[in-house]
Amino acid sequence: MMEAAAHFAPPSLSWRAVSVWRRNFMVWRKFAIPSILGNLADPMIYMFGLGYGLGSLLPQALPAFGGGSYIAFLAAGTVCASTMNAASFEALYSAFARMHVQKSWDAIMNAPISLDDIVLGELLWTAAKAMLSGIAILIVIAVLGLTHSPLAFWAIPCVFLTGLAFAAPGLIVTALAPSYDFFMYYFTLFITPMMLLSGVFFPLEQLPTAFQAVAQVLPLTHAVALIRPLLFGQVPDMAWLHIAVLATITVVCYWIALGLIRRRLLS
Amino acid sequence: METLNQPLVVTDLHKRYGGREVVAGISFALARGECFGLLGPNGAGKTTTLRCCLGLTGPDSGSISLVGEPIPARAREARARIGVVPQFDNLDPDFTAAENLLVFGRYFGIDDAAIRARIPRLLDFAGLSSKANAQIRELSGGMKRRLTLARALINDPDLLVLDEPTTGLDPQARHLIWERLQGLLAEGKTILLTTHFMEEAERLCHRLAIMDEGRIISEGTPQALIAEHIPVSPSPLRPSNLEDVFLKLTGHELRD
Repeated sequence: MMEAAAHFAPPSLSWRAVSVWRRNFMVWRKFAIPSILGNLADPMIYMFGLGYGLGSLLPQALPAFGGGSYIAFLAAGTVCASTMNAASFEALYSAFARMHVQKSWDAIMNAPISLDDIVLGELLWTAAKAMLSGIAILIVIAVLGLTHSPLAFWAIPCVFLTGLAFAAPGLIVTALAPSYDFFMYYFTLFITPMMLLSGVFFPLEQLPTAFQAVAQVLPLTHAVALIRPLLFGQVPDMAWLHIAVLATITVVCYWIALGLIRRRLLS
Repeated sequence: METLNQPLVVTDLHKRYGGREVVAGISFALARGECFGLLGPNGAGKTTTLRCCLGLTGPDSGSISLVGEPIPARAREARARIGVVPQFDNLDPDFTAAENLLVFGRYFGIDDAAIRARIPRLLDFAGLSSKANAQIRELSGGMKRRLTLARALINDPDLLVLDEPTTGLDPQARHLIWERLQGLLAEGKTILLTTHFMEEAERLCHRLAIMDEGRIISEGTPQALIAEHIPVSPSPLRPSNLEDVFLKLTGHELRD
C-alpha cells in the first residue's frame, strides 16, 4: 500500500527533461527526411483517395462539411488523425524500445536525471514529433489551397496539444506492455474506433445519438473541434473547453503513466 | 566542499521484495581511494544493494550517505558525482561511440564544448580512438564494456560503481579492463565493485565483503580473509585462495 502511494506521488518536474528530449531529437535528425515522408504517405493516401474519390460523389458546399469541399473537410480531420497516429506510434513502439529493449532509460537514470524527467522528456518529445508530422500535412493542405486563413497558424499549437493528449495515454500503455504485441489491442480497441467516432471522415452529427455522447469523451473529438474551424478560418466554438479537456487528459495520463513506470522500473 | 573521506557509508540497510528480505541489514563504508568489493553468489543481494546506494530503489530501512548526500532524498545530486558501469551494457544503439559520450555528458549538464574536449581522451583510455564513429553494434563485447567504462568517467566522478564489470568477457578483454581499473585506482579514484570472479577481487580490491542471502558474512582484506578462514590450503599443490574462502562461506549448492 505504502509503496503504491510512493509510486503515484506527484511528479517532480525539472528542466533536465530537456536533455532527454534532445537525445531523441538528435536520433530523429539523422533520419528526418525519410521520417517525415513516411509519416506523410499514409494520411495523404487516405486524404486524396477518399477526398477526391468519395468527395466527387458528394454535392459541393454541403453545410455539413462547413460549406466547402469534402476534401477540405477531410483534410482538417486528417491533420488530427495523423497527429494522433504519430504520437501513438512514438509513445508506444519507440518509447517501449528505449525503455525495455535498449534500456536507454536505465542508462539515463545513472546520470543525475530522475525517471520523472525522463518520462516528461519523452512526453514532450512525442508531442513535438507528432507536431512535425501534423505541420507537414498542414503545409500540403496550404499548398493545395485547401486553407486560406491566417487563423490556420493557430492550428500548430493545437496540433502540439493534440500530440500531448495522445502521448500521455500512449505512455500508460507502454508502462503496462509486456511486449510489442500488446500494442495491437490499443490500436484496434481505442485508436481505430476513435478515428471513426470523432468527426474525422464525416460530421459527428451523422452518428446515432448514443455514439455522439461517447464521442464527447474521446480526445480526438476535441482535437477535431479545435483544429477544423481554424483551417476554415473560424474561431472554434467553446475553444477553451476543448483545450481544457486535452490538457486535463495530458496531465492525468502523464501522472498515471509515471506512477506505472516508477512501479515497473524503480521497485 | 567537504573532503570526502568516506564516499559511501551504508548503515543497517534492509530491502524486501514480496515476502523475501533481499538485503537483510548490511553496513559498510568506503574509504577514499580504495577499491571495495562486494562478493557473493547470484541472488546474494549485491545488485539490489547497488540500486539502493544509487537511489534507484528506496530501502525499507537503514541509511545511505553517497558522496556526502543522503540517499534517496538527494540521489540526483549525488549521482552527479558518481560514475556507473551497469551489469548489462546499455549503450545507446542509436548513436556512434563518440556520440554516446556526448549525449551522456549532456545528461550531467556538462556543456558541449567541455564534453567534446574530453571525448578524445576517454576514447583513448578505452582503446577506442579508431572507433569514434563506429556504431555500437559494430563493437565487440570487450569494446562495449570499455566504452561503458569511458562513459562512466565523462563527469570525472569521485566514485565509480561497477556491477560485475567483466562478466561475459574473454580473458584478454578482462585483463584489459583490470589494467584500466588499476590505472584509475593509481590516479586516486574510489571504486565500489561487485563480482563473483575471485581473481578479479584478489587483484583489484583492497577490502571486500562477502555477501550471502542479503547479509555480509565476512569482511576484510583478501589476505586477511584467506588467513582467517583457510589457514591450511585444501590442496598440497597450491596455496589457499579467495575461492576457497568463498566456497567455504557460501557453500557448494547451486544458486540459480
